[in-house]
Amino acid sequence: MFELLGISPQALTSQLLIGLINGSFYALLSLGLAVIFGLLNVINFTHGALYMLGAMFTWIGLTQLGYWIGMPDLEVPYLLALVLVPLIVGAMSIVIEKTMLKRLYHLDHLYGLLLTFGLALVIEGLFRHWFGALGNSYPVPDMFRGGMRVSELFIPWYRLWVVGVALVVCFATWYFIERTKLGSLLRAGTENPRLLQALGVNVPLIITLTYGAGCALAAFAGVLAAPIYQVTATMGSNLIIVVFAVVVIGGMGSIAGSIITGLSLGVIEGLTKVFYPQASSVSIFVIMIIVLLLKPAGLFGKVR
Amino acid sequence: MNTTVLNKVTIVIFLLLTLVPFQDVVYDLFLMKVFCFAIFAASVNLLLGYAGLLSFGHAAFFGTASYVTAHIMKEWGLTPEVGIFLGVVASTALGYVFGLLAIRRQGIYFAMITLALAQVVYFAATQMPFTNGEDGIQGVPRGELFGFIDLMPSNNMYWFSLAVLMLAFVLIQRVVQSPFGQVLKSIRENEPRAISLGYNVDRYKLMAFTISAGLAGLGGSLKSLVLQLASLGDVFWHTSGEAVLMTILGGIGTLWGPMIGAAVIVNLQNYLANLGGWSTITTGAIFVVCVLAFRRGIVGEISHRLKIRL
Amino acid sequence: MKKTLLAQILGAAFVMSAGTASAQISDDSVRIGVLTDMSGIYSAVEGPGALLAAQMAVEDFGGEVMGKKIIVTSADTQSKADLSGSQAREMIDRDKVDVLMGNVSTSSALAAMEVADQRKKIAFVTGAASLPITNERCNPYTVHYVYDTYALAHGTASAVVAGGKKSWFFVTADYAFGHTLQRDASSVVNANGGKVLGSVAHPINTTDFASYLAQAQSSGAEVIALANAGGDTIGSVKQAAELGIMGSKQTVVPLLMFISDIRALGLRETQGMNFTVGWYWDFSNANRDFSKRFMARFKDLAPTSVQAGVYSATINYLKAVQATKTDDSDKVMAYLKATPIDDGLFKGVIRADGKFQHDMYLLQVKSPKESKNRNDVASVARVIPAAEGSLPLADSKCYLVTGKKPS
Repeated sequence: MFELLGISPQALTSQLLIGLINGSFYALLSLGLAVIFGLLNVINFTHGALYMLGAMFTWIGLTQLGYWIGMPDLEVPYLLALVLVPLIVGAMSIVIEKTMLKRLYHLDHLYGLLLTFGLALVIEGLFRHWFGALGNSYPVPDMFRGGMRVSELFIPWYRLWVVGVALVVCFATWYFIERTKLGSLLRAGTENPRLLQALGVNVPLIITLTYGAGCALAAFAGVLAAPIYQVTATMGSNLIIVVFAVVVIGGMGSIAGSIITGLSLGVIEGLTKVFYPQASSVSIFVIMIIVLLLKPAGLFGKVR
Repeated sequence: MNTTVLNKVTIVIFLLLTLVPFQDVVYDLFLMKVFCFAIFAASVNLLLGYAGLLSFGHAAFFGTASYVTAHIMKEWGLTPEVGIFLGVVASTALGYVFGLLAIRRQGIYFAMITLALAQVVYFAATQMPFTNGEDGIQGVPRGELFGFIDLMPSNNMYWFSLAVLMLAFVLIQRVVQSPFGQVLKSIRENEPRAISLGYNVDRYKLMAFTISAGLAGLGGSLKSLVLQLASLGDVFWHTSGEAVLMTILGGIGTLWGPMIGAAVIVNLQNYLANLGGWSTITTGAIFVVCVLAFRRGIVGEISHRLKIRL
Repeated sequence: MKKTLLAQILGAAFVMSAGTASAQISDDSVRIGVLTDMSGIYSAVEGPGALLAAQMAVEDFGGEVMGKKIIVTSADTQSKADLSGSQAREMIDRDKVDVLMGNVSTSSALAAMEVADQRKKIAFVTGAASLPITNERCNPYTVHYVYDTYALAHGTASAVVAGGKKSWFFVTADYAFGHTLQRDASSVVNANGGKVLGSVAHPINTTDFASYLAQAQSSGAEVIALANAGGDTIGSVKQAAELGIMGSKQTVVPLLMFISDIRALGLRETQGMNFTVGWYWDFSNANRDFSKRFMARFKDLAPTSVQAGVYSATINYLKAVQATKTDDSDKVMAYLKATPIDDGLFKGVIRADGKFQHDMYLLQVKSPKESKNRNDVASVARVIPAAEGSLPLADSKCYLVTGKKPS
């Protein structure tokens, strides 16, 4: 077959596909962050740690929980974890919001950022202390084992499942916020909370639930990630600044923006891995600099 | 607020610090490390406390100066004051370029651009041969100050570092108390009004950013001589975060805050180093407590209670 | 009569001065400083286990040498060169440590070695891998104890090529260590009739390897060699399993691996993999006995080759101090380089360049069925003789060997 820019079309396609898969993952992760910033004006640095908690709890549910409560055969199956773990993490983050974050809303952005950064360090430190630096391996669920072979290319079923779920959840979230009545209440709450409260809506409750939901999204991504990546205490901190970059490039207020940006950046990063792999980690930041120079509020953002 | 008390306190503290090599309780290498990070934290403090800009990429300046000085000392064999000077020149120049790119943005966008630019510097550091990548530049000679004072003996190096710290302090005081510093303060407090008064706000911010970058570089250059090595950790974004933590812990906008913050954090890292992951946990807990209950920082609280400016 | 009296006086004077000169233990105690990564990426390879190993060695030695106490201290470098350098300085200057033990992660090791060289204290490097430690960056006070990149490349690469797998593709971490490993392994592959089809360099601390592994897959090479370490190796192996590479026509060969990594990954996905180590707990009775005692005090985890190396290095250091009746580094080092080591765990000689030359072991990971417990992860497939696993002195760039001091 002919070669395009030094690599065969099949190889290029497989790389693009892998990029798309990673992109959908970035989109899901940045979604929670965008929701929290867009609607709450809080820069949630804890996002990475919550993602890690999602993966950790999934692993614990499968392997450790049974021993702890005296029922060694107990195993929390993957599909149950997919629903249960985000709820647990969401609940935990609501506690965080009510006890700590709430006190900082009247202050500069900066303080929320620093608080969540500190919390991230505490959570990661604790898990590293308990479970070590090398982490643990969570097996790919049996129903998703294997994959399909397309010439030299092998696409695991599990990764296709991840793309599918991620896209569905992204679209559902976007739809909920931009197109439903409840979503419009949320949006109104950030633009003019006092007015909304005057109209009888319980704004603090909405804010709390939104924070919980955004964090639950992070944990959801963590559950999805557990079978692919080694479950380590630091898995979140490796990703957090990339996810931030995605949100900033997409425009911090825009849900659609982070979804589209996440997907595109995944693909661009994937291409970089083929043509200049050493730079794949920094490619996203270079793009961020370029975008912010040309469009100060990000690609789809609205200047506040 | 009384500034003569500040001057007196400053003189007393510096006098005490001069006497450190004559006792055995406090380890002088540890203090030298604190000085380097104090200067670094002070640069972040200058930008944040007086110009109101939070930068998440200051490690780029700290690390660049560190690498430049280390390389010069090791390969060209120059004297340390020249090595430090060139390191500071490098970081100041880099600061000017970054400033040009970042200044126009506000708040979180500004912070993110600085972070992104710092990541590019980090990447460059991993790729350029002269940095030796993961190994770093090791065995950096301290050289002979002005051509005749050998800095290898701990005592000489200590007094030299103290002198550099004092220089940094004087510089910061000058900037803060000058008309330039007053304009910066007014920009931080009410930017639209400053603009309406005819000040070219962007240019002032750029100047502040550049000066801050140079100061961060001073800390980095000194560090490469104190520890005799320059490594990737110097340009990594965690280091930027540490400087921010030291500033906040010490007290934003105070003169002695960064020093106290640096002393606490460096001490913690040392002391907790043997207790496994507790270093991270404690650092994070301090962040949380500071932000929730202790926003003025250590020196800020003391300053507030005693009604003096520190 | 006069002569005898004079002789007696002179004799007594001589004996007295010889006595005080040779019984010279500085600060009245022998202090061992374990400088290692206690909480970071390499903490499972060396870390707290190394501290325990050193303590066990001191206990087994009797707790004192020549009537002087032996004190063991430790410090955490978190695999950061900065911390390693300043901790090494503090240990030597403040805590009067006589010897540094451990030193995992090459950049940290080099920083500590630099300080040790300046202060004339011996540094045993057990955890770090790079060949330059005893080659371009060698110094008279370093002993590189357990393994190096030459041994890894030669041990693993030659065994795999000899087994018939001749076409190779490298997935390499983009820093000096990864490139050195790739270079050394490639030269072995080429020298043994194999061929390197290509390579891809990834940034360190990469999360997703799918793209790089896909490139390896499409190259069609029989061997996908991993020239990386720590979290990168674990990630590559896990995702290689996910992408169906394990059990296909292609094999994954990690060039640097420890049993702690295998334990973290699990046997299901790593079974059949080959890698080289400097020591394996289940190889001999002596190894097993030591390991049992270690496991009883270390949460039932068998010691890694590096941790066993710390035990052996400590014991042999103490033996050297006892034999030379001093903890003066030059004298102890001279003894170490002149005396072969055979302590039941390791057997070999410390060469002029500081390298401890001993046999290496090619391991093969067991399948979950074969494994009896979580430590039973591998069997020794081949013993690699000492000379084969060490850089020949004729090729050395170390100035202690060539005589050409660096400028």
